[in-house]
Amino acid sequence: MSIDTDIEEAHDDTERVSLWDRVGRPVAPFAWPLTLAGAVVLGAGCFLSWSYTSDVLGDLSIDFYPGAVQILMIITAVLAVLFALMYRGPLSHLGEWLSSATALRTLGLGSTIFMALVIALIAIQSGGLVNVMPGAWVSFAGAVILLIGSAGLTPRAHRDPLHASLPSWVEILTIVVLLAIVLFGVAYVLGIDDGTVFSLVVLFVGIVCLALARAGFFTWVGVIAQTHRRVLMLGAVAVALLFPFTQGGSDANMSIATQVLIFAATALGLNIVVGLAGLLDLGYIAFLGAGAYVGATMSYSTFATIGWKPPFLVVMLIGGCVSATLGLIIGSPTLRVSGDYLAIVTLAFGEIFRLSMGNLDGQDGPKLTNGPNGIPAIPDLEIGSFNFGETHDVLGITLGRFANYYFALLVLLAFVITVFTRLNNSRIGRGWIAIREDEKAAEAMGVNTFALKLFAFAGGAFLAGLAGTIKAHHDVSVTPDQFIFLESAFLLAAVVLGGMGTVAGVLIGATILKLLPEKLRFVADYRLLIFGLLLVVMMRFRPEGIIASKRRQLEFHEADEELATRIEEVHLVEEQEAKA
Amino acid sequence: MTAVDEITPSDRTAGTPVLEATGVTMRFGGLTAVNDVAMSVQEGEIVGLIGPNGAGKTTFFNCLTGMYKPTEGRVRLLGTDLPPKPRAVVNAGMARTFQNIRLFGNMTALENVMVGRYCRTSSMALTSILRGPKFRREERESRERGQELLDFVGLGRSTEHLARNMPYGDQRRLEIARALATDPKLLLLDEPTAGMNPRETQQASDLIFRIRDSGLAVVVIEHDMRFIFNLCDRVLCLVRGEVLVEGTPHEVQSDPRVIEAYIGGAADDEEDEQE
Repeated sequence: MSIDTDIEEAHDDTERVSLWDRVGRPVAPFAWPLTLAGAVVLGAGCFLSWSYTSDVLGDLSIDFYPGAVQILMIITAVLAVLFALMYRGPLSHLGEWLSSATALRTLGLGSTIFMALVIALIAIQSGGLVNVMPGAWVSFAGAVILLIGSAGLTPRAHRDPLHASLPSWVEILTIVVLLAIVLFGVAYVLGIDDGTVFSLVVLFVGIVCLALARAGFFTWVGVIAQTHRRVLMLGAVAVALLFPFTQGGSDANMSIATQVLIFAATALGLNIVVGLAGLLDLGYIAFLGAGAYVGATMSYSTFATIGWKPPFLVVMLIGGCVSATLGLIIGSPTLRVSGDYLAIVTLAFGEIFRLSMGNLDGQDGPKLTNGPNGIPAIPDLEIGSFNFGETHDVLGITLGRFANYYFALLVLLAFVITVFTRLNNSRIGRGWIAIREDEKAAEAMGVNTFALKLFAFAGGAFLAGLAGTIKAHHDVSVTPDQFIFLESAFLLAAVVLGGMGTVAGVLIGATILKLLPEKLRFVADYRLLIFGLLLVVMMRFRPEGIIASKRRQLEFHEADEELATRIEEVHLVEEQEAKA
Repeated sequence: MTAVDEITPSDRTAGTPVLEATGVTMRFGGLTAVNDVAMSVQEGEIVGLIGPNGAGKTTFFNCLTGMYKPTEGRVRLLGTDLPPKPRAVVNAGMARTFQNIRLFGNMTALENVMVGRYCRTSSMALTSILRGPKFRREERESRERGQELLDFVGLGRSTEHLARNMPYGDQRRLEIARALATDPKLLLLDEPTAGMNPRETQQASDLIFRIRDSGLAVVVIEHDMRFIFNLCDRVLCLVRGEVLVEGTPHEVQSDPRVIEAYIGGAADDEEDEQE
């Protein structure tokens, strides 16, 4: 089986190389000037008007005043020029580290597709190719020249970025700059209202990331991120804290952000169960639901069914414990089955939860959840004298209701991440992974498999329950139909898409799955289709998810002594820190 | 049974045996895989278990380690009865390796060995999350012990390699290191040299001697006769689930019944062996 795939891959490779070479062979002698010229023409075209009418794709009709879409292509052109200068010229020493030819090919192909798409969009949206102005054709021609030129370049063997040793301030600066780009990039992307422009931006981000990844840039970023983990963490926290201030008091985007955070916290809980312990859980949304119902029934809503109103932190704790108890109840009989059978049982459990919540209305059972009507009109959280429903002014910037929840959820997420990583790097985490790898062998080595599996279930459920209590107040109402099977499937998709067993991957996965349907109407309508396709494509080309865990990373650097020693060094530093 | 009775008085070391299995019988429905097998292992002894394929050697191991619940018989380790639960058996001080290597493929070599430390450490969730002093001490000790054991089996330089990417011989040794990490009194090795070349086999036998010298008793299942007769103090030959012969390597080697069981027996045995 493995031999078959090996041959197949080798076959793929030769074919891909030969296609690029076949296109590139005639231009090979003057490929480099051609590439550079293509990049310059691509950039220059962006300063001319692209469309006759001003109501297409933002405003692209003014000469020497590039619109948003044009700026994207200018950035691409600048990157292409930089990579071309790395290939040959003043930056060639950088070219030893980064595979510039591969990056240029990606940029060339990407910008050609992008420009073709833009021209087609202008033609369609403004009623005819007539409305496409010369600037767009210039840029398109530039992109095609770039593509053809880059095909003629010969990819050189580059040195592994693992061996790069730059002064640490450069590395830290890189991290800071990248984080700043992320912060403003996200703020910018969220500010786009036009769905078409948004998809073009997503396409652009994809092209640039792919080009940088293929050049080997992200390998280096991964290495420096590991050496300067503290800086990265501090920076990430700063970015997360600063984000609401980029929104100028707008609640629309903050509400998306809070949904992402709730989703991410839950998905991280699921990541313990699926990513670490390897137990497939298809009813996980029930644990979020249990927390939400606890939050709702103990709130000050007039429809709340429990008279006792403890402080919110106590409610959170109760929510977590109720979820964990449910986890234990569902876990203790079912964890004796494994694999597909466990998936079926948990799937059924999710449905049972939803249906029971719909029936505990005082007629078929105790009056606890008001049945299908749920518990509406849950008032905003109030911790001390701080009311989450009010707006607050900080440094002249207004922070709305969702910004308040955002900060609360950020604290929760930080807690969840801490619990996740610390458990992962402990005896318990190793036990979980051992169970995932080979349960019989784990048992024969003295690992208490049943207790650990049960704890994975209960622990994950606890985290989801915490998130649920905040969700109740955030959403204002809690009804059974918020906890349908589809939500469990999306949680699982976020974990698988992002990278099982990782924190960063799950955060990215959760963001993608929540952000895209909000911003793109057509994605919202066809989201099942699109995410299904996305998962299939991922399984084919990157089965380890967007972010690969350290272990998976090692799989792909099979006999890489260097990486192993590097990781070992990091371990030593960690140990010293732990001792200090 | 008589064979056992004859051997016992001639034991070199007095005192309670490390392992004492009596009347172990394992039936799967109508098939009796292991029938009334008795075995005792003394401190610092290397005992070999041989027999044609399908003789019930691995089944007997599974009965000893609690992977199977034997239909009859009892297993005593250091004078105490063992319940048929793998975890309790490991806790009591008996560890094993597997015939078909069962490492945790996506964990590094060190992590694999540290899983073996699981049963000798006890920090629970809360200490792990709060990174309490007990957690830090145990973690440091497991890491040091793991590194020590990897050095001992000769894998000190592959600490951070993924188990699944290691060469076959290294995987076998890693499995032994993982079993040693549970601080056993008795080590059961199921075909430790299967698929190895002569040099690796020699290294494996050196390693087993060193393990014995560190104060452990070892039981080895093996098909490589030269390996087993060089290594073991005592050999049991199992045929069709019963002990056929027990004695010193020399006695077993020259016993006509053993030769018959291996060579003169059914032709399918040999075919199996070639697989």
